[in-house]
Amino acid sequence: MNSRPITEDDLNAFVDQRLDSARHAEVEAYLEAHPEIAKRVEGYTSQRDRLRTLLLPIADEPIPPALNVRHLAEVRARPFRSQWWAAAAAMVLICFGGAGGWTLRGISDPPLRGVASLAQEAADNYAVYSPDHLHPVELRAIASSELVDWVSQRLGRRVDIPNLEASGYRFMGGRVVATPHGPAALFMYDNDHGIRLVMLTRPMTLDQEAPMLPLSQGEISGFSWAAKGMGYSLVGPVQSQTLHPIADEVRRQIAGEA
Amino acid sequence: MPQCEHMLLMVAIMTDMIQLLEPLIPALRRYARSLLRDRTAADDLVQDCLERAIAHWSQRRAGGDARSWVFTILHNLAMTELKRRAARSSDVDFESAEAWLPAPPSQESGLHYRELLRALAMLPEEQRAVVLLVSIEDLSYTDAAKVLRIPVGTVMSRLSRAREKLRESVNGNSAGPAERSHLRRVK
Repeated sequence: MNSRPITEDDLNAFVDQRLDSARHAEVEAYLEAHPEIAKRVEGYTSQRDRLRTLLLPIADEPIPPALNVRHLAEVRARPFRSQWWAAAAAMVLICFGGAGGWTLRGISDPPLRGVASLAQEAADNYAVYSPDHLHPVELRAIASSELVDWVSQRLGRRVDIPNLEASGYRFMGGRVVATPHGPAALFMYDNDHGIRLVMLTRPMTLDQEAPMLPLSQGEISGFSWAAKGMGYSLVGPVQSQTLHPIADEVRRQIAGEA
Repeated sequence: MPQCEHMLLMVAIMTDMIQLLEPLIPALRRYARSLLRDRTAADDLVQDCLERAIAHWSQRRAGGDARSWVFTILHNLAMTELKRRAARSSDVDFESAEAWLPAPPSQESGLHYRELLRALAMLPEEQRAVVLLVSIEDLSYTDAAKVLRIPVGTVMSRLSRAREKLRESVNGNSAGPAERSHLRRVK
């Protein structure tokens, strides 16, 4: 009957009522035998109950108009900041209106902005360059210092190449690529299984500082963020749980160098 | 016209987005307000969060849990805001602390509750966030770990430390670490 020892985790899960019934019974029996600990756990439970009494009712308050999602989505639709809104609007014109080409062009003009745009650019460049077996990069890893000089000059900022060897990815090389927001540096990495990751970086006008956002498209995971006016996006055909620590490592290295 | 089908798809995505986001708003407000202890600032933060969620909706991991995703956005915004505040001034106004609550605690029970609120406010942000996500928002330990981008083990150890701190500060100093030292801590 006596199975795994009771842990602090069990006690917390007991308080939160997250144990299965068998484990719950074991903890209950344990607490019966240890009144001092039972007292402590009781303290946690009553503390949790009191916090809930105080804070749960916040959610019962009526939602102010500023937080109406429908309104926010409509506002969003007007400046056509996001691609699919622009596409939806364009479709409305195609379906129902006699709209000329110039109208469409005007509407779809700024497709995405900020870090979301950067993420899209990284995904697009990944799609173009990572399957390329002849010239995935323009300057190979062996010419790293030349590459750093080149991209730094084009971006007007010193750009260093993150080292991902600790995560099992070797630097292959890179190139300057075009984005709707000017030149960006593309760095490519691969591992022993031939999996390629792409990192894109460029100066940001919007979102000078932005927390790391997970942005996925189909099989491709990506993490994008901005720091000190530069945007970074790491993408690759791996699970986002796998990519996340690598993106953290890139961010750490960049912060360390800044 | 095939494009019209495409448009209908877009409309379907929008409907889906609204249906997933709308029910989350009360909890998002509660989490933001409990963290910031400020009605207006919390609602501003939620608005910012919703705008970002709408703008980046298409980049949300397909099939992923919308709640964890939106809470992650909100949590990151809240941490940025708290850092900004900390840089500006360090005073925490406990007296006005109850203005942000829907129903200030009644006189009899008030003292007890006030102690608890004060203790909650004194917790390090990372511990307060765990307590709120788990005890108030009822996120699973795994989802809380996702929102905070930390391992589940870290969620558990922060929760454990936070609860003990809250208990100690509310009880005065009742028996603490000595009696629990023989329990295995999972880091």
